Amino acid sequence: MKTFKELEEIRTRVLDEVSMRKDRTGTRVVVGMATCGIAAGARPVLLSFVEEVKNRDMKDVIVSQTGCIGMCSLEPIVEVYKPGEEKVTYVKMTAEKAKEIIEEHILGGQPITRYTVGAYEYEK
Amino acid sequence: MEDLSLHVLDIVENSVKAGARLVRVSLTEDRRQDRLVLIVEDDGSGMDADTLARVTDPFFTTRTTRKVGLGLPFLKAAAAGTGGDMTIESTPGAGTRVEAVFGYGHIDRPPIGRMDETMAALVACHPGTDFLYRQRVGSVEYILDTQEMRKMLGAVPLDTPAVVDWVRTDVAEGLTDIGAGSY
Repeated sequence: MKTFKELEEIRTRVLDEVSMRKDRTGTRVVVGMATCGIAAGARPVLLSFVEEVKNRDMKDVIVSQTGCIGMCSLEPIVEVYKPGEEKVTYVKMTAEKAKEIIEEHILGGQPITRYTVGAYEYEK
Repeated sequence: MEDLSLHVLDIVENSVKAGARLVRVSLTEDRRQDRLVLIVEDDGSGMDADTLARVTDPFFTTRTTRKVGLGLPFLKAAAAGTGGDMTIESTPGAGTRVEAVFGYGHIDRPPIGRMDETMAALVACHPGTDFLYRQRVGSVEYILDTQEMRKMLGAVPLDTPAVVDWVRTDVAEGLTDIGAGSY
């Protein structure tokens, strides 16, 4: 079992970062978590993003959720909003793709085109 | 939905959309009576009798109402398939209570799945809502209470990645301690 002592340690450690997160000016990663998304595997995708953000100590990245985006057959769907850039929509997401997106798009600045909704539609 | 933890993740969304401040989830394994009971109870806006009658209708499509997802008919079918049932009670302005009873040893009962991941995902997605999760096996119980966590965390929000990670580990280890499996 974890202990509340550890929560206290987290509080001490991250309190300074909290005001930074509250600004919400950084990158937003939004995961579709409606029935369609959950059934298609959105939960491990969401948790993979959260874990990467924690492990890499990315203070200006917010991971959040939204409802049904309206393309249920392409779930799990993730939208990435970087300040000053156009929204990028990733489809048929997996936990592994999430790690790649953190690395190449959010940190590296290069969206992974082959995972986006545009690429998927083009293939069909 | 492959397992109960995914059903929980899905139907708790209804509670959050109904404006719940506190969502209580309990899962009780009663192997002696061959029952597995899931209860989700919220203090959200509730539903009137008409809406309530419609959400238990498996042919009701929920696209017209925002409060309820497709998840409830799924859950009801899963429970009924194991000789159990799902019931909903709701009071407008007070909240909703969903109870699903499964035949524990029934071959068609969905496995419990990853409750640690479900609770971590709920906390990550809804930092403004409180969750009280209890899982009982026989006479031993595991409890996750975000209200207690908040007291310890002060100004640190629940969706802080390190806190979400704490939740996932706490639930996983706590459930192992009480002898609850993912089955």
